[in-house]
Amino acid sequence: MEIKVLGTGCKKCSQLAEATLKAVEELNIVANIEKVEDIQRIMEYGVMTTPALIVNNEIKVKGKVPSVNEIKELLKQ
Amino acid sequence: MKQKILSLNSLSKGLLIPLILFPAWIILYNNLQNISDFITENIIQLSPGEHLTETIRFFIFEVPKVMLLLVLIIFIVGIIRSYFSTEKTRKILGSKSLFTGNVLGALLGIVTPFCSCSAIPLFLGFVEAGIPIGVTFSFLIAAPMINEVALVLLAGLFGWKIAIIYISTGLFIAIISGWIIGKLKLEKYVAEWVYKVKSNANCSENETLTLNKRIKAGYTSVKEILGKIWIYIIIGIAVGAGAHGYVPENFLGSLLGEGNWYGVPLAIVMGIPMYSNAAGIIPIVSVLIDKGVSLGTALAFMMSVIALSLPEIIILKKVLKWQLIVIFVSIVAIGIITVGYIFNYFVYL
Repeated sequence: MEIKVLGTGCKKCSQLAEATLKAVEELNIVANIEKVEDIQRIMEYGVMTTPALIVNNEIKVKGKVPSVNEIKELLKQ
Repeated sequence: MKQKILSLNSLSKGLLIPLILFPAWIILYNNLQNISDFITENIIQLSPGEHLTETIRFFIFEVPKVMLLLVLIIFIVGIIRSYFSTEKTRKILGSKSLFTGNVLGALLGIVTPFCSCSAIPLFLGFVEAGIPIGVTFSFLIAAPMINEVALVLLAGLFGWKIAIIYISTGLFIAIISGWIIGKLKLEKYVAEWVYKVKSNANCSENETLTLNKRIKAGYTSVKEILGKIWIYIIIGIAVGAGAHGYVPENFLGSLLGEGNWYGVPLAIVMGIPMYSNAAGIIPIVSVLIDKGVSLGTALAFMMSVIALSLPEIIILKKVLKWQLIVIFVSIVAIGIITVGYIFNYFVYL
């Protein structure tokens, strides 16, 4: 599973990265998590509100930090 | 048929809690004065009329009052915002002519969920969609300046009249400043790389939310916003309550009162390096007014702190050349000065 956390480095972005890491650990799945901080790359995903969570090239979350449980639900889909 | 009953069921479940809480809210709100009187005079047993008693009474009354108003308004605005997104806003603004675009941009700035840390991706997204920079600026000026927290705090501390005046003048500044920036044709002062950014705009999603999810969005924003600002509100009101009885009435009047023409510009210059959201600055503004600063000067100070902040200017520096930043700051500052003078000299409330 390819997971990307998009964000220019604000507080919410690192919160989302942490929550995602925790969700992956709790689900015990193999995933490649990458933090994307470069603004040009963030724009390539068509995201205008950070932070955003991309799973397998699909925008799952943008502009907010969901709870660990909510992220787990998103990853299960 | 079965499905309809099912959806009605889940609907009432989500609506039930707010519907029960609302009457409780009204009863509590209408009895705050009695409650705070009871606590100060019967529980803590302070004698009425003394400085300390009135300070504590003011504090015990104001904190829950402002908190109750905030919970209600943030909840409602949270639900309204769930109907908007930056993508929808971009679509609406994409096809509008200059002046209409500025008006809409400023209005959408109020209701679109947006945090200033997203200013850059939003700016890039707007430029790519061909939205004129003047319209983008109307949005970027209105978004931080006019929000539900500012509205509630102003209404709670000064009354609804001032809250509405603040919002309409704020809108006016956002519309006019953006319109002027658009007229000046400043596109060349946007950093070159901005125009090269290609985004995958067809990655659109058509998420339709259920009413339950929207109500949940209301709860989430109450939790998120109140969690962030409650401490500023308590400190602010405590400072206000303290100053209420102890600092002499005309303490600041000589420096920033009505008689001084330089009060307004001075307040704006002081406001720029200060960075705060509405929650932090409004209780301080309340103290300023209490101590003799004229209303226009105090409003100008507040607008300057919220709308012209150094951190946001630094963020914008990534996509704008310095010429455009200077023009942006000057136009907004002139707008705020105008509002300040109008209040100081023409409006008697």
